[in-house]
Amino acid sequence: MKKIIFVFLSSLICHFSTSAQDVNSLIKKVRSKLDKVNDYIAEGKMKTDVAFIKAPVGKVKVFYKRPDKFTVKRDKGISILPKSGVSFNMSSVLSGDNYTAIPSGESTVGGDKVKLVKLLPNDDNSDVVLTTLYIDEANLLIKKANTTTRENGTFEMEMSYGKYASYGLPDRVIFAFNTKEYKLPKGVTLEFDTDDTPKHSVKNKKGRVEIIYSSYVINKNISDMEFK
Amino acid sequence: MQPVIKVSNLSKHFNEIVAVNNLSFTVNQGDIYGFLGQNGAGKSTTIRMLLTLIEPSHGEIEMFGMHLSTHRKEILRQTGAVIEKPDVYKYLSAFENVQLFSKISGGPKLTRAQLLDQLAMVGLQERAFSKVKTYSQGMKQRLGIAIALVHNPQLIVLDEPTNGLDPQGIADIRNLMLHLSKERNKTILVSSHLLSEIQLIANRLLIIDKGKKMAEGDTLALFDPSQTLVELETLDNKKAFYQLQQSRWSAKLQPAREKTIVLKMDKNEIPAFHQSLAQMQIPILSLQPRNSLEDYFLQVTTGNQHVEAFTN
Amino acid sequence: MWKLLQIELFKIFKRPRTYISFVAVAALVSIIQFGLKVDGKMYVDFMLRDLSASFNIEGNVLNGYLVCYIILQLLLVHVPLLITLIAADLISGEANMGTLRLLLTKPVSRTEVILAKFLAAAIYTFLLLIFMAILALFVSMAIFGTDDMLNLKSGYVVQLKSNDIFWRYICAFCFAALAMLTVASLGFFLSLFAENSIGPIVATMSVIVVFTILSTLDIPIFNAIKPYLFTTHMIGWKGFFDVKVNNDNEAIIGSVQNLDKVLQAAGILALHIFGLLLASVLVFRKKDILS
Repeated sequence: MKKIIFVFLSSLICHFSTSAQDVNSLIKKVRSKLDKVNDYIAEGKMKTDVAFIKAPVGKVKVFYKRPDKFTVKRDKGISILPKSGVSFNMSSVLSGDNYTAIPSGESTVGGDKVKLVKLLPNDDNSDVVLTTLYIDEANLLIKKANTTTRENGTFEMEMSYGKYASYGLPDRVIFAFNTKEYKLPKGVTLEFDTDDTPKHSVKNKKGRVEIIYSSYVINKNISDMEFK
Repeated sequence: MQPVIKVSNLSKHFNEIVAVNNLSFTVNQGDIYGFLGQNGAGKSTTIRMLLTLIEPSHGEIEMFGMHLSTHRKEILRQTGAVIEKPDVYKYLSAFENVQLFSKISGGPKLTRAQLLDQLAMVGLQERAFSKVKTYSQGMKQRLGIAIALVHNPQLIVLDEPTNGLDPQGIADIRNLMLHLSKERNKTILVSSHLLSEIQLIANRLLIIDKGKKMAEGDTLALFDPSQTLVELETLDNKKAFYQLQQSRWSAKLQPAREKTIVLKMDKNEIPAFHQSLAQMQIPILSLQPRNSLEDYFLQVTTGNQHVEAFTN
Repeated sequence: MWKLLQIELFKIFKRPRTYISFVAVAALVSIIQFGLKVDGKMYVDFMLRDLSASFNIEGNVLNGYLVCYIILQLLLVHVPLLITLIAADLISGEANMGTLRLLLTKPVSRTEVILAKFLAAAIYTFLLLIFMAILALFVSMAIFGTDDMLNLKSGYVVQLKSNDIFWRYICAFCFAALAMLTVASLGFFLSLFAENSIGPIVATMSVIVVFTILSTLDIPIFNAIKPYLFTTHMIGWKGFFDVKVNNDNEAIIGSVQNLDKVLQAAGILALHIFGLLLASVLVFRKKDILS
């Protein structure tokens, strides 16, 4: 099935001037930039914007270690993180060669010109079905990624860069994802009042989590214990 | 002398029912004032009005020269009362009860020893710290009196204080009242439905029936010998009544009753009357002299006939 | 007045009945705590079912703050019954014992007597709530630790930061005190009209039970009368555990979502208390004591 889609997509892509070869080398460049980072601990703030969650802005610590260890921890308190979304990380996506890259044209993200690349995992059992990357070719930075998964729907990451652009590490990441419905019977929550509906419509099932990084500590060889 | 209690035209209605009807009386300093009436005659209602538990429908109450409606606290400070059953907090000890009420009775603050003295006066010192629920009726009655006296009041109001007591208990209470009156110069208002109980100690009496005053006065005057009723029972009352009507005693005959013939005469006339009966050959089963007050009481408590006994 | 209050408190705390409430609260709170300690994970999993479908939740969800909330939610509906046991007995119990007439022949005014009794009932209520606060909040905090609190409401989830919770509990307990005092005043008022305590206790409990059921039922015809039932406002304390959000849907720390509604509910309860107390004073001043 996937092969058929691949063939179909490939035929579409043939119209564009960019060849698969060019795309692969672009990805390689991006990856080598990301590979400069072996591990990091980053500090930042996390905002959760989900219709049925009222959460305060919280401090988070983000831990990464190559190739695919990644975790977000709330500094204090309870963390409510979208399943798999936030733990999805660019370096992990690009690590290994277990995907096929397809050039998909050009676009702009936040005024910057970007190249669109679709990544199809070669592993049929992979949770990720398709990832679309929006790559800033000039700076070798991934500005945006759209990922479709089997289990957790589609989500979108938008990244902006600043101080740590040379490592390919964003200052700000916005995850946008779909959420399922939330409802508890009033009998369980023991609520008597009838007109207590949330201000934000629950019908809007798009959720957003935004992490604003304030600092990174890079390549200090962090322990695996942090990911437990 | 200023009266301790002066009640004028006092009435109380409970909806349609008239409990006290235009009652007036006066209690003087030092009196043991007997307040008599059968159950439901309005004694309790009157006493409760004196103690501000019930608001009068009409009339005035003055105590210690002050109006009760305007000087309630001042008056109650000088008054101690046991109303009907001597109910106290059963889950507290006698000492705790006395202590508790002494705090709000308006008297000076008492020491522990003084409080115990108070209990000793009524003979409860040994059980002072037992819970009241373990007390007998007589002990509770004495505790009630100890509480009524804790602030050394001028006026003591006792509503049926001997109810439910055994003869010894009744005698104890009677002696206590005499003691309080004579030794401590207290004024006592005591109610009862038993004349025999009151007439021994009260110097003045008030008798009410259906909320109305029947008699008020000095005990001695009320037991006036000239008002003696003689109750006569013969083998043939009808015939005897006829014979007496024809005799010089006819003026003294009272309305006919079921089993007896009643005549009102001076106590001193009884021997002569006795002789007349012999002369007329009336076969006597019994001849009982009785004060008219006593007779009235028997009548109302047995509840038979209406008597117009008190016309003096 | 002060003497009378002392006496009333002395009487209340000399009675074994008074301690039933404290024992009952202690038993209920520890049963809930024990249950949550043993099987709390299942409870939390159940409550988080919908949320877990889209989110990973990490942290000490079942912490002392949440446990206290669960306890209050379950218990505050029933505490009125315990309050009633004392409040509805205050006048009628004394009428029944016969001590009321003795008390009222003392040189104290009836208004003083009734206010002292009401204050004593209020103090009893506050002590019971403080006792409950210690057990439900502080003991739970000791057993379950502290963390952010997830208030899982029917329509949405509120995450309260752990340093933004304690004051909410203080407010909640104050509100609960107001609610319980409303119950106490109702029991107190009804106790004026009887000469045994069973009548007013049962009457007060019945009113609360019926009102609570009406408040709980989600049936349109009853919704119209809900605002007029004091029981509807008695759960207003929950309002302190909801926060406002800004335009970015961020919870604003230290805010209360419907503060005006909570305050309105508190005002309604206060009016009930004032009204019932005033009525009690007026009735009692004119009442003929026949017991």
